[in-house]
Amino acid sequence: MTDRPSTTPEIAWRNEPLLFERSRPGRVGVMLPPSGVEERPLDELIPAELRRGDLEELPELSEVDVIRHFTRISRKNYAIDLGLYPLGSCTMKHNPRINEEVVRYPGLSQIHPYQPEETVQGCLELMWHLERVLVELTGMQRVSLHPSAGAQGELAGVLMIRKALEARGENRRYLLIPDSAHGTNPASAYMAGFQVKELVSNDRGTIDLEEVVREMSDEVAGAMITVPNTLGVFEDQIVEIADMLHEKGAFLYCDGANFNAYVGKARPGQMGVDVLHMNLHKTFTTPHGGGGPGAGPVAASHRLADHLPGSLVERAEDGTFRLRTPSDSIGRLRSFSSQFGILTRALCYILSMGGRGLAQVAENAVLNANYLRKALEGTYHLAHETPSLHEVVFSDRTLADTGVTTLDVAKRLMDYGFHPPTIYFPLIVHGALMIEPTETEGKEELDAFVAAMKAIAREARESPELVREAPHETPVRRCDEARAARQPVLRWWPAEEEAAE
Amino acid sequence: MGSDSHRYLPTGSLDLEEMLEAIGVASVDDLFSTLPAAVRLTEPPAVEGPLSDQELRRFFRGLASRNLTPGEDVAAFLGGGAYRHETPASLDHLLYRAEFFSVYTPYQPEVSQGTLQAIFEFQTLISMLTGLPVANASMYDGASGFAEAVLMTDRVKRKRHKAVVSRGIHPEYRATLESYVQNLDLEVVEVGWDEQGRTDAAALERAVDDDTLCVAVQSPNHFGVIEPWEVAARAASSCDALSIAVVTEALSLAMLRTPGDAGCDIAVGEGQSFGLPVGFGGPYVGFLATRDEFKRAIPGRLVGETVDAEGRRAWVLTLATREQHIRREKATSNICTNQSLCALAATIYLALHGRVGLARLAEINVQRAATVRRRLFEAGDGLEAAFRGPIFNEFAVRSARPVDEVLAEMREAGVLAGVPLGPDYPELEDCWITAVTECNPPEEIDRLAAAAARMARTGTVETGAGR
Repeated sequence: MTDRPSTTPEIAWRNEPLLFERSRPGRVGVMLPPSGVEERPLDELIPAELRRGDLEELPELSEVDVIRHFTRISRKNYAIDLGLYPLGSCTMKHNPRINEEVVRYPGLSQIHPYQPEETVQGCLELMWHLERVLVELTGMQRVSLHPSAGAQGELAGVLMIRKALEARGENRRYLLIPDSAHGTNPASAYMAGFQVKELVSNDRGTIDLEEVVREMSDEVAGAMITVPNTLGVFEDQIVEIADMLHEKGAFLYCDGANFNAYVGKARPGQMGVDVLHMNLHKTFTTPHGGGGPGAGPVAASHRLADHLPGSLVERAEDGTFRLRTPSDSIGRLRSFSSQFGILTRALCYILSMGGRGLAQVAENAVLNANYLRKALEGTYHLAHETPSLHEVVFSDRTLADTGVTTLDVAKRLMDYGFHPPTIYFPLIVHGALMIEPTETEGKEELDAFVAAMKAIAREARESPELVREAPHETPVRRCDEARAARQPVLRWWPAEEEAAE
Repeated sequence: MGSDSHRYLPTGSLDLEEMLEAIGVASVDDLFSTLPAAVRLTEPPAVEGPLSDQELRRFFRGLASRNLTPGEDVAAFLGGGAYRHETPASLDHLLYRAEFFSVYTPYQPEVSQGTLQAIFEFQTLISMLTGLPVANASMYDGASGFAEAVLMTDRVKRKRHKAVVSRGIHPEYRATLESYVQNLDLEVVEVGWDEQGRTDAAALERAVDDDTLCVAVQSPNHFGVIEPWEVAARAASSCDALSIAVVTEALSLAMLRTPGDAGCDIAVGEGQSFGLPVGFGGPYVGFLATRDEFKRAIPGRLVGETVDAEGRRAWVLTLATREQHIRREKATSNICTNQSLCALAATIYLALHGRVGLARLAEINVQRAATVRRRLFEAGDGLEAAFRGPIFNEFAVRSARPVDEVLAEMREAGVLAGVPLGPDYPELEDCWITAVTECNPPEEIDRLAAAAARMARTGTVETGAGR
């Protein structure tokens, strides 16, 4: 520790050791039932050569130890419950507690995925409801709830395009992807065996029709477009782009990561979209959990519905529900039906909002982003003049002569009690600060954030060192990421082994 | 309460006026001017709601009541890659902490040390259990983790094109692999089993050649039989390929020889048994561990140790140049969001059980399953062990009478006795698999044995009636 005055006093729990360092022989944190059967010597049941030795490396802790440990380390996290978490394109909104309550009903949480269909009618009905609602919201024909997260939904989508082309006896090589896209888009395209042609954004931050015309050929399978894009700008020529693709026998993939911006206001199905994935952990409030679990349902137009992954729930005439695989499905991408617990939370949220409420979600998300945009433009440089929807992107231009970078601003925001925005993304904006407040923030929270951002802009001129050395008030200060990558330490080792290495 | 007020939307009517004025527009609709008029909805979508919390409870309780709930309505002996295990109460209380569940990927380490430390502990625990030094921060589930493991070997062995895969691997894992590789230049060759129910070692040796990139075997396999990992390790090393150990019942790692110890290169599997409810299939948590030399080919996120500006120990996401947000199409995988909260659940679960609890829990499973296997074959005329190989907590049953008929009768007696193998293995259409865990107390075991005995008698009577 240095004697820096701005650093808060060291508190014991801030140095909470690892589980393994806390371990004390003879402790245990659970009470197990007796086996209740006549036990045989293990050697008679499983030959010794198939068994492992003692689990000596595992920690030994009481329930009290474990609860204190995780409670203490949890307090080193910034969370939505503490305040604004404006991580652009991640839609960090409030997580309703009723979702968490219903998902834990034993009649849902204790159901085994291999129970006979007639014993899981409630689960199937829940999935059927959710698909109906998502069809209504997206205007697509069918929705598979199978994919585990957005990126897997994307993979499903591009595999479906591949499958549809195969069914026509075609083998096209390219997918068109704008330079503003999420990194998962090109990564998913590649995993499906496609090559990527990048579409260069125009000075409005959108895709030009002419650019699509230029790149279009018989070798193009389709385009992957994010709506609104990662600049928070609606691709206002999407209908024309869709028409152009369809004319050439190609398909339009829509990345629905930012569906929160127009849910209830417009339907991708009416824009000519053929396949769309949604992130239930973004638009539909399922908790982000420190990086998952999410769920990435994939929706298809009539052109691609036969190729959807996994199984869909069908309702028979007698009112019973069954799982059926689409006729020319790309197959399964995971075991069992879906991230069912995430689907449950999403449906609970949707019903807690209703149709009008969901439209209001988009309205308030867009209102909040525009309020921040108006309050901060001038202080920070607006990347594009084009109207913003749910998020706004600033560049680092106004910081240029201060020696302070986007990263420094992000770190300094922590001292003011905020999680930083997404930074250095999209890649097409220099030093990007990508701010998405979401609809679950009230005006006073936004005002406090604006005040902090303005104060940091002032500090960047008056006391740049303060910003460059931030954060000062966090459990740890700036972390040496280069060292972590140069000499990777990816697990804990007992002291003697570490010494022996 | 105004008609537009909602519990999750803090902006009130006064705020709205002030904010619109500050922005300089007359109405919220003006902010949507970039949406082409042709695609804008004039009416809100037809979705039921808004419902109150009480109405939501009623709705979801209604759905729950239309399911048959194991442990409440029925005794369930179902496994096949999803296992019911007891969950300590303290686990869920910790998961309810908003500091864990309402946060995202720890891109900003200074305000995410809690998540990062927990993931580092998860990586360490998975490393200890698999006997391999490097484990990632999680995969979606065992099946997609398995597919990603094969793709990983494809990155290490670029010039090779063949994945040799045991048919003892969970059918849905193999189906997932087929989906992932359907457009890649990669062939999947499957190998069958021997009389013991283990992967046919001789056939495995014959299947590998110098075009083979990996050899994959599961233990306990889909029939519940424990396989020696060495078979995969040996076949792989004979042709300089990589071996993949697949695990669907993670609790078995507490009892069985580790993949690392047996010389396997990659261990991948499903961690659901560590504190996650079966929950109709998800969310679960995949794990993936490997040797140190392959750490840069690993998919997904990794947390590493470092120091902060004052020299204090800290944790960060690391080796990110493998990942999609940096490498885009050249990334090791497209995975972004993973199953972080589920990995946290597994970490807490393993911490609570620890060295003594986990070993004892594994033994309870082994002892109960062995007893049930014995009693089932004693009680049920016409039931026999499909395979004689050693088991952990699951085993295959062969039935003289049609499987569907027998399982339906058992259900009438309040027992879900197993998962039929026929749909995935036509040659095993007279078999099912039964799993036994600490969630099946002695009275459920008695019920299963009694149902089997009754079923055998009924079967005899019905057979006598000229069926």
